[in-house]
Amino acid sequence: MEIAIISGKGGTGKSSITAAFASIANNVVLADCDVDAANMHIIMNPTVEEQSVYIAGEKAVIDYSKCNSCRICTEYCRFEAMTISENKVSIDSVNCDGCRLCERVCPVSAISMEKRDKSRMYSGSFRFGKMVFGILYPGEENSGKLVAIVRRKAKEIATLHKIDHILIDSPPGIGCSLISSITGVDKVVIVTEPSMSAFSDLIRTVELVSKFNTELSIVINKSDLCQQITDEIITYCYQNKFKLAGTIKFDPEIVYAMVNCMTINEWKPDSETSNTLKQIYNSIIN
Amino acid sequence: MIVAVASGKGGTGKTLIATNLFALLSKASYNVNLADCDAEEPNSLIFFKSTKESASEVRQMLPLFEPEACTYCGKCEEYCNYNAIFLLPEKRIFRLIEDLCHGCGACTYACKFDALKETEISLGEVGMYRVNSKSKLVEGRLRVGALTPVPVIKETIKASLDSEIVILDAPPGTSCPFIHTISKADYVLLVTEPTPFGLNDLKLSIQIVRQMEKPFSVIINRAGLGSDDVYKYLKKEKIKISMELQFDKEIAMIYSSGKLVIESRADIYQKFVKLSESIIHN
Repeated sequence: MEIAIISGKGGTGKSSITAAFASIANNVVLADCDVDAANMHIIMNPTVEEQSVYIAGEKAVIDYSKCNSCRICTEYCRFEAMTISENKVSIDSVNCDGCRLCERVCPVSAISMEKRDKSRMYSGSFRFGKMVFGILYPGEENSGKLVAIVRRKAKEIATLHKIDHILIDSPPGIGCSLISSITGVDKVVIVTEPSMSAFSDLIRTVELVSKFNTELSIVINKSDLCQQITDEIITYCYQNKFKLAGTIKFDPEIVYAMVNCMTINEWKPDSETSNTLKQIYNSIIN
Repeated sequence: MIVAVASGKGGTGKTLIATNLFALLSKASYNVNLADCDAEEPNSLIFFKSTKESASEVRQMLPLFEPEACTYCGKCEEYCNYNAIFLLPEKRIFRLIEDLCHGCGACTYACKFDALKETEISLGEVGMYRVNSKSKLVEGRLRVGALTPVPVIKETIKASLDSEIVILDAPPGTSCPFIHTISKADYVLLVTEPTPFGLNDLKLSIQIVRQMEKPFSVIINRAGLGSDDVYKYLKKEKIKISMELQFDKEIAMIYSSGKLVIESRADIYQKFVKLSESIIHN
C-alpha cells in the first residue's frame, strides 16, 4: 500500500508527520519525494546501499567556431532561451528547456546538447525499514521524473523485502512533482494548518486530488494556532464528506525532536502529540 | 529594482515577508508592485483589499494529430525529447501523452506530411489587482491539474515590471520554478527558520544564488525555535542577516487570519522599516 503525505502549502509539518508515521508503523519503505529539498535523511540518517545518477534533462550549447549567426534557431525556440546581442546568438541556460529543436534546425550543426547529470537517487536502510530518496542538484530540472523514479525504486524494494507500507513524503505545491508523487497511490493524506493561506491551498490541493481515484484523509496540524480557522476547516471537511483523520496541537517539541534527529514519537513517546499521531496513523490505514 | 523573497523550504515565511514589505513600501508612496510567483499555491492576495483590473490567460501549444495525413514514419517520435509521443506504425496508432508534452514544436517541425497541426491548452492565469494608485499586485495562478507553472511565472514577472520596485514572492524548492523567479531578480532575500530542515534547504538555495551571482542576505524567521546551527553557518560563510523575527504565537495568529503584521505590531513595523532601508540603499 502506497500512502502519500502531501500539503499544498509548505511548512505545515508534512515531513515531521511523515517521519512520525514511519516510527509508528515500523518496517516501512520511506520514499522522500520532495526531491527539490529532501530532508528526511537528516532525521533518519540512513545507511546508503545503492546510488544512481539521474539525468535531469539536457541544455543546448553553441560551438562558436561553427555558428554563422544565421539566427534560424532564434526563430524556432519557444522558451525565450535564444538571445541576440551584437550579431551573436547566445543561449540562456535558465530558459533552455532542452527540447533539441535548435540543434535540429541548425544548418551548420553548431548546437549540441549537454547532459545534466549531477542529481542522484539513493536507497538503503534506516532504523524503521528501507528508505529511498532523490536529491535533485540545485538548479536541475524535471523533478517530476525523478519523483517517479524514486517511487518505482521504493516499490521494487517493498516487493523484494515483503514490506507492506510505502510512505511518500511529497513536495509542496500542485505542479508536476506533486502530481507525479500521488499518481496511482492508494491513499493521500493532506497535512494542513489553520491559516487563510493554508486553507486556500487546501481547497486547490483537494481539487487536484479529487481528479485521482484515491482515498483522501485530512490532518490539521498546529490546530490551536487559530481555532476559528480550524473550525472552518473541520466544517469544510464535514460538508464535503472528507475524512478528517485528526487534529494536532502546536507543539514546539516537534522542532526539538528534529533538532535531535528523532521523530516526535521517539523523542517524547508518551506525549499527547505522539499519542494523537498514533491515533491518526491508525485512522488513516484502517 | 527587483527583489525576490525566496526559500528552499516551504512555509518559512516568504509570503509574510513579501506582503508586509510590499504594504510598507506602498504606504510610503513608492511605485511598487508585488508579483506572486508561487503560481501553484498563490496566497499574497489574501492580505490586501484590491480590485481586479484585468487578467490574461497563459497557454501552451500542443500538437493536434491529423490521422488521414500521417504516414507513421516515426519522425515526430524521434524528434520529441520528452517521450510524449507513442507510436505503433504497424497498428497505425499515434498517442500524445499530454502530461509529458512541453509544447516545444519539435514534432510539428519534424512532420513533413502536415499530419501534426497545433492547438493550445490553458496553463493558468495572470491577474492584475490594483492596491492603490502607485501599486499593484500581479498574481500568477496555475490551473489545477496543469503541470508546469514556469510559463505562468514568466508572464507574471513580465506583467509586474512597470514599477520602480518589484517584489517577487517566489515559489519554494530549488528547481525550475524557483530558478526562473530568481533569475529575474537584482537582489534576493532568503527566508529561513533555525531548524535542521530550514538550514539544509537554506544551504541549497545559497548554492543557487551564488551560482547565479545574485547579491543576497538572509532573514531568520521564528528565531528561538530550534538551534543556533544556522547562525554558526551564516557567520562562517560571512553571510549577512538582514532581519530576524522571533517566534511569536501572536505573529502566527495575525498571519493566519490573513492580516498584515506591520499594521498591528509597532515593533515588527520598525523591523520592516529597517529592512526596506537596507534593501533600497543597497
